[in-house]
Amino acid sequence: MQEELATLVEEATAEIRAAADLAALDRVRVRYLGKKGLLTARLKTLGRLPPAERPRAGQAINDAKQQVQQALEARRTELEAAALDASLAAERVDVTLPGRGAVPGGLHPVTRILQRIEDLFLQLGFEVAEGPEIETDWHNFEALNIPASHPARAMHDTFYIDDTHLLRTHTSPVQVRVMLEQAPPLRVIAPGRVYRCDSDLTHTPMFHQVEGLMVDERVSFADLKGVLDDFLHRFFERDDLAVRFRPSYFPFTEPSAEVDIQCVMCSGEGCRVCGQTGWLEILGCGMVHPRVLEQVNVDPERFQGFAFGMGVERLAMLRYGVNDLRLFFENDIRFLRQFGAQ
Amino acid sequence: MKVSERWLREWVDPPVDTAGLARQLTMAGLEVEAVEPAAPAFTGVVVAEVLAVAPHPDADRLRVCQVNTGGEAPLEIVCGAANAAPGMKVPCATVGAVLPDGTEIKKTRLRGVASAGMLCSARELGLAEEAEGLMVLDPDAPAGADLRAVLALDDHVIELGLTPNRGDCLGMEGVAREVAVINRMALNPPPEAPVAPQVEDALPVRLEAPAACPRYVGRVVRGVDPAAPTPLWMAERLRRAGLRSLGPLVDVTNYVMLELGQPMHAFDLGRLAGGITVRMGRPGETLTLLDGQEVEPGEATLVIADDSGPVALAGIMGGAATAVGPETTDIFLESAFFAPEAVAGRARAFGLHTDSSHRFERGVAPDLQERAMERATALLVDIAGGRPGPLVVETRPGHLPPRPAITLRRDRIARLLGCEVPDAHVEDILTRLGMQVTGGDRTWEVVPPAFRFDIGLEADLVEEVARIWGYGEVPATRPRAELAMGPRPEARVAPARWRALLADRGWYEAVTYSFVDPELQRMLDPETPAVALANPLAADMAVMRTSLWPGLLKAAQYNLHRQQEQLSLFEYGLKFTRQDTEIIQEPSLAGVAAGVREPRRWDGRREALDFFDLKGDVEALLALTGRRPAFAFEAAVHPALHPGQSARVLHEGRPMGWVGRLHPRLERALDLPRAVYLFELDAAALAAGRLPRFVPLSRFPAIRRDLAIVVDETVPAADIQRCIREAAPPFLTEIEVFDVYRGEGIDSGRKSLALGLTLQDLSRTLTDTDVEAAVSRILGALERQLGATLRE
Repeated sequence: MQEELATLVEEATAEIRAAADLAALDRVRVRYLGKKGLLTARLKTLGRLPPAERPRAGQAINDAKQQVQQALEARRTELEAAALDASLAAERVDVTLPGRGAVPGGLHPVTRILQRIEDLFLQLGFEVAEGPEIETDWHNFEALNIPASHPARAMHDTFYIDDTHLLRTHTSPVQVRVMLEQAPPLRVIAPGRVYRCDSDLTHTPMFHQVEGLMVDERVSFADLKGVLDDFLHRFFERDDLAVRFRPSYFPFTEPSAEVDIQCVMCSGEGCRVCGQTGWLEILGCGMVHPRVLEQVNVDPERFQGFAFGMGVERLAMLRYGVNDLRLFFENDIRFLRQFGAQ
Repeated sequence: MKVSERWLREWVDPPVDTAGLARQLTMAGLEVEAVEPAAPAFTGVVVAEVLAVAPHPDADRLRVCQVNTGGEAPLEIVCGAANAAPGMKVPCATVGAVLPDGTEIKKTRLRGVASAGMLCSARELGLAEEAEGLMVLDPDAPAGADLRAVLALDDHVIELGLTPNRGDCLGMEGVAREVAVINRMALNPPPEAPVAPQVEDALPVRLEAPAACPRYVGRVVRGVDPAAPTPLWMAERLRRAGLRSLGPLVDVTNYVMLELGQPMHAFDLGRLAGGITVRMGRPGETLTLLDGQEVEPGEATLVIADDSGPVALAGIMGGAATAVGPETTDIFLESAFFAPEAVAGRARAFGLHTDSSHRFERGVAPDLQERAMERATALLVDIAGGRPGPLVVETRPGHLPPRPAITLRRDRIARLLGCEVPDAHVEDILTRLGMQVTGGDRTWEVVPPAFRFDIGLEADLVEEVARIWGYGEVPATRPRAELAMGPRPEARVAPARWRALLADRGWYEAVTYSFVDPELQRMLDPETPAVALANPLAADMAVMRTSLWPGLLKAAQYNLHRQQEQLSLFEYGLKFTRQDTEIIQEPSLAGVAAGVREPRRWDGRREALDFFDLKGDVEALLALTGRRPAFAFEAAVHPALHPGQSARVLHEGRPMGWVGRLHPRLERALDLPRAVYLFELDAAALAAGRLPRFVPLSRFPAIRRDLAIVVDETVPAADIQRCIREAAPPFLTEIEVFDVYRGEGIDSGRKSLALGLTLQDLSRTLTDTDVEAAVSRILGALERQLGATLRE
């Protein structure tokens, strides 16, 4: 009996080692340990033995079963590990292939700049205001102290709709609208499209401006300088950027100033972009003209304030190094991609 | 305004170099746009006196000149100019000279004759764009003298970009005045003295429109020599200012205009009929101008008339019939003050812009006319001879521009500028600027000078003080203001959110012109009345867009024609329409897309994007409002869209947009290589979001039932969903369409939809009976209303 069992265990172990996969292994298990398995069958023969032999024989069979069991377990672990290795190998992907799903696009550079300007001024409590692009002559000119025959009108090549309507030539009419609607103190910026009847290398018939307006009882020209100094330093992220204010003329501000910054292309050394002057004209500004305040029923004796206006494309060109204004409106996807997700 | 630096320095010569002078001007508000040399570089050119001219033995067109260049012996120079004549003084490039174009002059032989230099034209020296023959120098120019010294060519032309308020700087005197103020120096004007009349002749002058012309100074000069040469110094100054020399009569008036800022006009006395009347034009009158244009001045235009009618548009341009010419010997000179309002806009109405109108529009000093006339007479008599008559001066003092005193408060200066300016500086600056300043304790009374038309308010004086004191002297401070919070409506969806959503979903933002091609717009949006521009820049930019599609399709076309296969562009901006007479401007959000859905796919499953890609993005935009159920899509026909693939978007039942495929006819018309999809939404409806409102969560299980039904092809999914919702009990929480199938097993003309229904009650667990009853009611309704059958 012992020998018989030993032979069976030996055979089983050999078969287990030979089992190539888990299914084959299971077949071996059934053959030896299943309900009708060879070892199970041995247990059933115990009854036929004399009672005194039964415990020993039972013990021997159980030992044999355990040996087979262990061999099965060991082989199972081996086979499972191999199977896992195989499936891992099979599941290998090329991780350098692109991922799935939409790739983000991007915002137009003008929008990027506008959002940046808004962000900076919102920190100072400025609100964003908007106005119509087809404006009345009154809002665009008359209320801003530019009567019909004023020579300054020649500087605004205006697109007209009819006798009283035109495409706004600047965002300054938003000043007028804001002041007609709200009483000071006011802190407002007005971004938007503006139009001039002019088109060449450095002019497009449509472009963007941001108007700024702050009116309170004591807002001064020195404050205007302070706000714009801060703005330009923050916008260009250059605290050492030289800024200069020089006298200029706008019918709707008095005193008026033009603001130049040290050329950001050549750091003031003189280059093609700044026309060798080392300076770039960047925005116009001034103290709101008393006549404009009167037009919108604000008492110029009590209130005063500053206004400024800047060209967005110009800022975008300097900030991103764009060298041709017209690119902003061609909408060449290769251009737009440069300002999006990359 | 172009200013010769040397001329300026005759008036005032501050101890700064050219760059320093330019900086001073710019920082005082007279922006220097350019500084150019008055003449290009050349060397070795001297004054030569032509002694003799002989024909060249071997060339018809060449001549052999003997010239004196100050050396011991005359030089022999071969010359091709026709005007070479003995006695004349001309520029001579001597051996070793280098001309502006780099030519070095060498001894040479021309057709066998030795030539020891080159006689030059003005063009060859870079002093004129074109020239006929040799440049003729003044007879008294010393032979052998360096031409650069004789003509004062080592000079700069400073180009000022003057703002329209500074009409006073449209003359050398005005610019010099500014430089003198900046440098605290005195002016050194050229000597002026009245010219004594030598003849009695005078034309009577009548001012019939005194508000427009309150002062007119006229003078007759007889016996001038129209052929007298303009002296080179004057011609050179005119040239540096950008004016051509046109003979002494015109040159003198232009010169005085450049010097003092007073535009003048010279009439041919013999062609004037009777006296001068300054009046408004009369209906039917016509006038042929100097430039040949015939105009009808009309009643809104001030004219200079003689007894026969208008002879000049006052302050703008003279008439051709009375213009001075090469035969003119007797002239009538005009030096008048025309009110800015009388000239402003008039020149433009005739398509003109002249040196004269430019100045009068901005304001010419009303006390300048007699000075200018005396100066012009003196120069004219000096150059071209002639016997002047007496000055005729007509003035209506009551109509001259008043210069009332302006009160300037010391604390106002401080309040407006945000810093103190010492009283002494204030007074000094204003006084130097030509203002009369009185008072001084807290306030001053200031009377601006006649030449300043831009000083009427206290703020104007503050600017003058700050300008001369220096904007750089004003400190930069940070404003103080009340810290007040503004409103921030939580439910509002900002455009930045749409932009971000679209960009994150793969779209690029475009910015297209608001004016579009009317033809293209008619193809895309034929029904909507557009707003046209009265003066478009080009035919394809003539109307305002009624939709963002024309611009976006142009952009799509631009890219698709440049090898771009994949494109998703959106734009946010105003569109413009008319309602009756009113112009409506409404914000719109639109997009155009074409190409493949996921361009980066590498698994062979690249699919062309289709209607549902766009719809998905539109639905995402709608969902930003938090009110997705308030929006619906319905099949509808749009002239620009594929009739089978276009949906109108409704917001609370009202149309608010479209999504669909561009009509294949238009795809062909626009030469688009592939299917293009479009959407456009009224931004107002997108902006109105909602505050979230909490709904209790059910603690009871949800039950899902899947149904497959078969309906006619024409039945929209939305109708099925609506039918289900209406028939279902309130515990139906969700309907999902998870498959649409056509083909084998389904009759043609029919389609199968697989629907997933989710049922859940807030207060109890649903029983099988509840569910069966609900499903059976739903199926009944679907069958009755839509002819749906349960799929076997």
